[in-house]
Amino acid sequence: MEGSISFTKTLIDISATIAIIGVSLSVMILLYRAIKGPTNADRAVALDVIGVNIMALAGVIAILLVSTQFNDVILLIGILLFIGTIALAKFLEKGVIIERDMD
Amino acid sequence: MLLAVLLPFIIAIFIPLLSKWKNKLHTGFFVTAVPVVIFIYFIRFIGPGFEPVQREYSWIPSLDMNILFYLDGLSLLFVLLISGIGSLVAFYSIYYLHKSEQLGHFYVYFLLFMGSMLGVVLSDNVFVLYTFWEFTSLSSFLLIGFWNHREGSRYGALKSMLITVFGGLSLLGGLVYMSVITGTASIQEMMSQQELILNHEFFPLILGLVLLGAFTKSAQFPFHIWLPDAMEAPTPVSAYLHSATMVKAGIFLVARFFPMLSVSEWFFIIVSTVGIFTLCWGSYMAVRQTDLKAILAFSTISQLGMIMAMLGFGTELAIFAAAFHILNHATFKGSLFMVAGIVDHETGSRDIRRLGGLMTFLPITATLALVASFSMAGAPLPIFNGFYSKEMFFEAVYNLDGSVAGITALLQSLFPYLAVFGSIFTFVYSMYFFFGTFRGKSNVEELPKKPHEAPIGMLVSPMILVVGVIVIGLIPDLINKPFVEHAASAIGGAEIAKDIYFWHGISPAFIMSMTVVVFGTILFLVRPKWASIYNVVPGVLSLNKFYDGLVDRTERYSTFITNGYMNGSLGRYVRLILAAILIVTFGVMAFTGGFTVDTSNLSDVTVHELLIAVVMVIAAFGTIVSKNRIAAILILGVVGYGLAMLFVVYRAPDLALTQLIVETVTVGLFLLVFYHLPKLEKTNESSMTKSLNIIISVAFGLLMTMVAISSHSSKMFESMSSYFVDNSYKLGGGDNIVNVILVDFRGLDTLFEIAVLGIAAMAIFSLIRLRGKKKEE
Repeated sequence: MEGSISFTKTLIDISATIAIIGVSLSVMILLYRAIKGPTNADRAVALDVIGVNIMALAGVIAILLVSTQFNDVILLIGILLFIGTIALAKFLEKGVIIERDMD
Repeated sequence: MLLAVLLPFIIAIFIPLLSKWKNKLHTGFFVTAVPVVIFIYFIRFIGPGFEPVQREYSWIPSLDMNILFYLDGLSLLFVLLISGIGSLVAFYSIYYLHKSEQLGHFYVYFLLFMGSMLGVVLSDNVFVLYTFWEFTSLSSFLLIGFWNHREGSRYGALKSMLITVFGGLSLLGGLVYMSVITGTASIQEMMSQQELILNHEFFPLILGLVLLGAFTKSAQFPFHIWLPDAMEAPTPVSAYLHSATMVKAGIFLVARFFPMLSVSEWFFIIVSTVGIFTLCWGSYMAVRQTDLKAILAFSTISQLGMIMAMLGFGTELAIFAAAFHILNHATFKGSLFMVAGIVDHETGSRDIRRLGGLMTFLPITATLALVASFSMAGAPLPIFNGFYSKEMFFEAVYNLDGSVAGITALLQSLFPYLAVFGSIFTFVYSMYFFFGTFRGKSNVEELPKKPHEAPIGMLVSPMILVVGVIVIGLIPDLINKPFVEHAASAIGGAEIAKDIYFWHGISPAFIMSMTVVVFGTILFLVRPKWASIYNVVPGVLSLNKFYDGLVDRTERYSTFITNGYMNGSLGRYVRLILAAILIVTFGVMAFTGGFTVDTSNLSDVTVHELLIAVVMVIAAFGTIVSKNRIAAILILGVVGYGLAMLFVVYRAPDLALTQLIVETVTVGLFLLVFYHLPKLEKTNESSMTKSLNIIISVAFGLLMTMVAISSHSSKMFESMSSYFVDNSYKLGGGDNIVNVILVDFRGLDTLFEIAVLGIAAMAIFSLIRLRGKKKEE
């Protein structure tokens, strides 16, 4: 029993680390897109996907740290990303985020 | 005695009320009563059996600043001069100043000055002395600038203010030193501990500072330049301030501290050299002037130099002569100024080249001028008091103590020649003043006004002074025993008694006087032939030019320096601030050995920390090099999210939450305002500035890194966080330690951060709203 728990723990550690490295590599590649461009729409999408990756990263780290405190963070990132991407898209499309009343 | 000093100030308060009736009755009549009352009060003290009187009134006892009045012979001489000549000048001004002038202003300043001057000469407390001293500078400034619509008045007032206040501040320095060394602010008590000051290492500094104050106030070379420009003041002011009273404040100061300072040899060297040189320079320059008042101004400078030189000699005879000459000079110079004022008033011109032959038109004035100017010249007749003091001056300068060596001996052998030289020119300008104005060819037609004798009221004051000249000349014993002797004794700090005789027999002093008269007469008669010497000495060199240049350059260079760094560029200010922090922090850390690196207490680096850090660094660089605003802000967002991830890694969920929200909102706000901003353009900064920016930012980053490493490496004591961990639930009733700290243990910080957010919100609201309102208007 003792052995199987420690085996599971090692397994989780190793797979979590591999997952973190993979997600980080993906973030770096996305970062290249965010910096390089060429258009702002590319950057917006890159940022959105970076956010998704960060959600994943937060989840994996929470597993690694054996903590449930970061579930809020993951949910929050999801909401913020949605709002942020909408705002960005609106900005890129119309040049403003909040439109004035027309009447 | 306090009331006597405060009376002018009290009356000055009521002058604006009194001057409302100036059309019915000239305000000067009320004012004249004030010095007359003071004069009557003080004249009671005159007499052979005079003893010093001391009065003390509380002011700021905790700082040892009490209004301490001390009336000894010296003060008595001065208070009688101030109140006596003050009465005459006030009376004279009634006829001099027309009712259409701003009489209220004039008499307020005048009374202010008189009160302060009384305060200067009576104060025994150095701080009170200094207070009144600056009051005289201030009221003199106001009086010189009385006709403030004139350019010259403003220039003269500013000049005298700058120079006398410069001297006043150095005097304050000297007085503070003395009071700190002796532990008392009373001059009399300082005198009793003079050994302490004399043996102190700062004594040369004290001597220098006090003498600087005295020399600037008493117009000694090279600080005399303000006095000729102060002649822009109304003539009563010139007569009062710039001949009889204020310019003698420096003399008074030297005389007051004489028993203490004169022990030093340097006192002799500095004071007598400056005095003699001022005597020569002033009398030499006076001959060159064409304005009557300018002649008198330089003559005042030279006479003050003579008194100063006598104080410098320090022998009993010299001190007696100095005290005597203070009185004599006030009588004849006051009347001469009034004469100049009458001439100006009655002919409309003060230019001696346009005047001449006025004797037949102004017979009384001419007689007064004759007596006063011959007295000033020191003409040997028993009716001129100037002769007595000049003769004593010669005797003193001839009989200087010869038992010294070195530079003092050299000076002593030189002084008699200089004294005679200066006196010859004194004789020349006195003759020039009288004969140039009242004798010679008259060109009445060209004068602005047709000259006629002055009204009797204008003549009364100079007449009284001239009568004084003659009375002192005829019966010097009248004022000797009861008056001058006390003053001289007070200066010297010991009993000094001299007899004043007209005829000494053929003494060296008499021969010197005769030399002066003979050479003076010759030089005066052939004046046009040698007048061109002024093109050689001083020629183009002028102290006024130096002063103007100094003031002008100070302004120019300070503007230059200010413009040098305050160019309105925020970039430059940030550079300066960062560079200053850099230098100071680095300097302090380096000198105190603050930089330490301690690797004993480090945790292991994990792969995910490293990866997040790499992402953040790449994103940060991407922000700097990005050419596009939106790109820059989006990439900056990556840095912010990276930071949130670091908070996750370091187990700070609350921080991570907040950081995420704040980052998103910030990006949103940036996007909001970017709409209104122009496109990011290439800055036109030079490569020099760019590289400077890079150097400063890299250096600053490195410094902060070093500071952070050092502060981590030098933990002096345990952190107190264990307390919060232990007590968060027990005392705060919560598991979330961060939140318990925020609202419970450290709730006050949170309150004010809420306030900050509220203020920011209101500020944004009002900024947007107010801008709109302005547009509507």
